[in-house]
Amino acid sequence: MPATLLVVGEVADGRLARLSAEIASFAVGLAAAGGGAVVGLIVDAAPDLAAQEFAAYLPRVVSVASGAVADGVWAPHAAAEARRLVDEGVTHVLASVTNDGRDVAGLLCGGLGWGILANASAASWDGDAIVVEATVLAGKAIARSTVDAPNAIVTVRAGAAEAMELAKSGAIETRVPVGVPAVPAAAVLDRVAEAGAEVSLEEAKVVVVGGRGVAGPEGFGLVDELAALLGGVTGASRAAVDAGWIPYARQIGQTGKVVRPALYLSLGVSGAMQHRAGMQGSQNIVAVNRDPDAPIAEIADLFVIGDLFEVGPALAAELRARRGG
Amino acid sequence: MRILVMTKPVPDPAANAERLGANLRLDRAASPTVVNGNDEYGLEAALQLVQAHGGEVAILTMAPATGVETMRKALAMGAMSGVLVADDALAGADIPTTIRVLAAAAATQAWDLLIGGLDTSDGAGGVVTAGVAARLGLPLLSAAARIEPDPAARRVRVQRLSAKGHDLLEAPMPAVISATQALGTPRYPTLKGIMAARTRQITMLTLADLGADMLPIGGQWPSRVLGVLPPPSRAAGRTVTGDPAAQAREIADYLADQRII
Repeated sequence: MPATLLVVGEVADGRLARLSAEIASFAVGLAAAGGGAVVGLIVDAAPDLAAQEFAAYLPRVVSVASGAVADGVWAPHAAAEARRLVDEGVTHVLASVTNDGRDVAGLLCGGLGWGILANASAASWDGDAIVVEATVLAGKAIARSTVDAPNAIVTVRAGAAEAMELAKSGAIETRVPVGVPAVPAAAVLDRVAEAGAEVSLEEAKVVVVGGRGVAGPEGFGLVDELAALLGGVTGASRAAVDAGWIPYARQIGQTGKVVRPALYLSLGVSGAMQHRAGMQGSQNIVAVNRDPDAPIAEIADLFVIGDLFEVGPALAAELRARRGG
Repeated sequence: MRILVMTKPVPDPAANAERLGANLRLDRAASPTVVNGNDEYGLEAALQLVQAHGGEVAILTMAPATGVETMRKALAMGAMSGVLVADDALAGADIPTTIRVLAAAAATQAWDLLIGGLDTSDGAGGVVTAGVAARLGLPLLSAAARIEPDPAARRVRVQRLSAKGHDLLEAPMPAVISATQALGTPRYPTLKGIMAARTRQITMLTLADLGADMLPIGGQWPSRVLGVLPPPSRAAGRTVTGDPAAQAREIADYLADQRII
């Protein structure tokens, strides 16, 4: 039976998350390889704009205006809408490797009992069965895994595919909510923004990372400055987070965010295996460290041996000069 | 208040010795075993909550019978008792089975909060705690950076990490929470705690104690690993020395070559 892939889209401030566009194109490619269909799902209090943006990448989008997600958590409502589409014939559900995406995947897995393939960076078919590649064992290997069943849930990492708009935007089907969440939805009493967190680390094209070498919260001023000059986002190693210099939300590594930016630039990060698990998929790695034996040298495209407090400001000046101001 | 914390034994990330066995399952003998990091943050938060509000913490583990050793570490931190689901039929269990078994085992216990890690350092799927909430039909408060129960009102508030900062959530108890490192550094067991842990009860359960329909039909895990590839190798990089201004120019040249600036 041909597959029908469902892509669970995520919305941030009324706009489609960039990662959702990537996963849409990932699914379109996968469906084309297996002769199946693709449908996207947007669940939001005001879904119209995000649904339009999603339809640029997908032949069909189901858009659900759910007032309940304005003051309740999103995942139980999104899972209930996904479940309705499963009842209508969806065979595979694709969600993002984000806290929300994993919540939806977990709620569906608990409810449906379907097999789950986590953290996919590539996918293909073996007959009816989906086969995914995912980095495992803290980055030591890539496993090819499958579910020997016509149904599966897949969580997909950033960078698994380029977002590619279709020649013609897909059809948008608006629906009223199912009304009953997958589990009772917790109330959202407040949404607190922290300064500088507007762009998510996973979606950033450039990530500038401070480690133990930045020597204190003040040192992140330099990291922030370079991030701003490069149009990027500030990240941190666990050592800097554990020292209390920057919030955990900025942590890159096995127990933090996994990033695959076009540029990873680090200042004073030694590059322990646990950190590398979160960044070794980056396209370009530039590392500044005064220790010539820092392990990050093993994977850096450019390993700059020097004092970050000298190289960093010099780089900021150079970038400003090249921008002509 | 009673808090049940799901604690998974995982290879010690610090030992950096994780590997797959010949059957392409994690070789659990290859590495020393510790309590999964995110589970331990949840356990620490739970211990602080019962110190503040009264009550006790228990732990729940699904593992081979050797999992008892790792559970003792969690008991030494201050958990008062444990439940271990150990059954040969669960070797290599897939995620939906793990979810069914943990939910059924959790349902044998009385608790106000069930806490599990946001994800585990070995499997890293990050879906089991949510799946257990779905099986139990209870509110899910995920990615917790802070947990504030109000036992008298039977409600709990959680600061949930968001892309922008955090959301403040509230739900009635009982509820299911997934724990993150943002909850704070776990305590080290004291010698007294280690001694006390030796005599704390670990209740052993098998699949026979958890009711029917735990295993997939046919007893085969539908999910399986087909093969393992090495991570993509990176071309040898270039080392940049010299004075900072020259180094900065070389970095900028590289970024321009790569069309980043």
